[in-house]
Amino acid sequence: MKEIISHLRKAFDHRVRLGVMSILMVNDWVDFTTLRDNLEVSDGNLASHLKALEKEGYTELQKQFIDRRPNTSYRATAKGRAAFLDHLNYLEKIINMQKEQTD
Amino acid sequence: MKESTRHPLDQLRDIHRLMERTSRFIGLSGLSGVGAGCFALAGAVLAQWYLLAGGLASYGHSLYHWPATVHPWGWSPEVFFTLDACFILAGALSSGIYFTTRRAQRKGQAIWDALTQRLLLNLAIPLLAGGIFCLALFYHGIPGLVAPTTLIFYGLALINGSKYTLNELYYLGLCELVLGSVGLFFIGSGLLLWTLGFGVLHIGYGVFMYRKYERNPSSP
Repeated sequence: MKEIISHLRKAFDHRVRLGVMSILMVNDWVDFTTLRDNLEVSDGNLASHLKALEKEGYTELQKQFIDRRPNTSYRATAKGRAAFLDHLNYLEKIINMQKEQTD
Repeated sequence: MKESTRHPLDQLRDIHRLMERTSRFIGLSGLSGVGAGCFALAGAVLAQWYLLAGGLASYGHSLYHWPATVHPWGWSPEVFFTLDACFILAGALSSGIYFTTRRAQRKGQAIWDALTQRLLLNLAIPLLAGGIFCLALFYHGIPGLVAPTTLIFYGLALINGSKYTLNELYYLGLCELVLGSVGLFFIGSGLLLWTLGFGVLHIGYGVFMYRKYERNPSSP
């Protein structure tokens, strides 16, 4: 159990990866530029984090041409959604624990 | 950059902010509500004036017939109300576009993106259906039901669109729906209820939204 939690935390233990998943949770396909503009990161930085999420099987991508220019869109997989919800529960638990300690 | 070093509440706040910003169009200016409401009031005054001048003030009590007499202004009710509706629609749309574009420019936001298009599409579907329904009412000679019908379909459009913008729109939609439903049974008060729904409610909603989100520049 502990191992699972530490694994989860590693995948989401970065502002950009957490941000990408937040956006993909409430949208269907989202293209690279939209992700980059909302997260305010460089192309290279975003690309490496997207690759990490894809490797985990949390996102999938689709490439197409719009006005003859390549355009890549991303979507959260069922696995990614489940993992993100687990992560939210995990954050909530920490907050509750901290509350109890201060009470 | 490690998230584990940040407070979980801050993380949750970021998650929430990103979800809101990427899934909802939040640029609609409250002032456009005020503008639309003013045009609706003006249009309603014109309509009332027309009805009084033609001795049609109680037209609503008869569902099926306009009086056969010619109106002193020389315009048949169909022509007058179509022109009046076009005036209100054009005024409301242009004030909406004007204030929303102005707000977006000030904040340096994109105005015509996927979020805007999705919101407009979801508003437009019930509105189109309502428009066709109203045309059918005219066609079948039941003009008394047109005013409440516009309120009902407009309310449904707002409720449908509220999923893609600020949630307050949902409650405005509910209010329009209630006014329209009442109007179906009190045909004689159709114009009054219409004025309340499109004029007074819009202005109230616009002022409320402006005070809540725009007067304070740090809010979304």
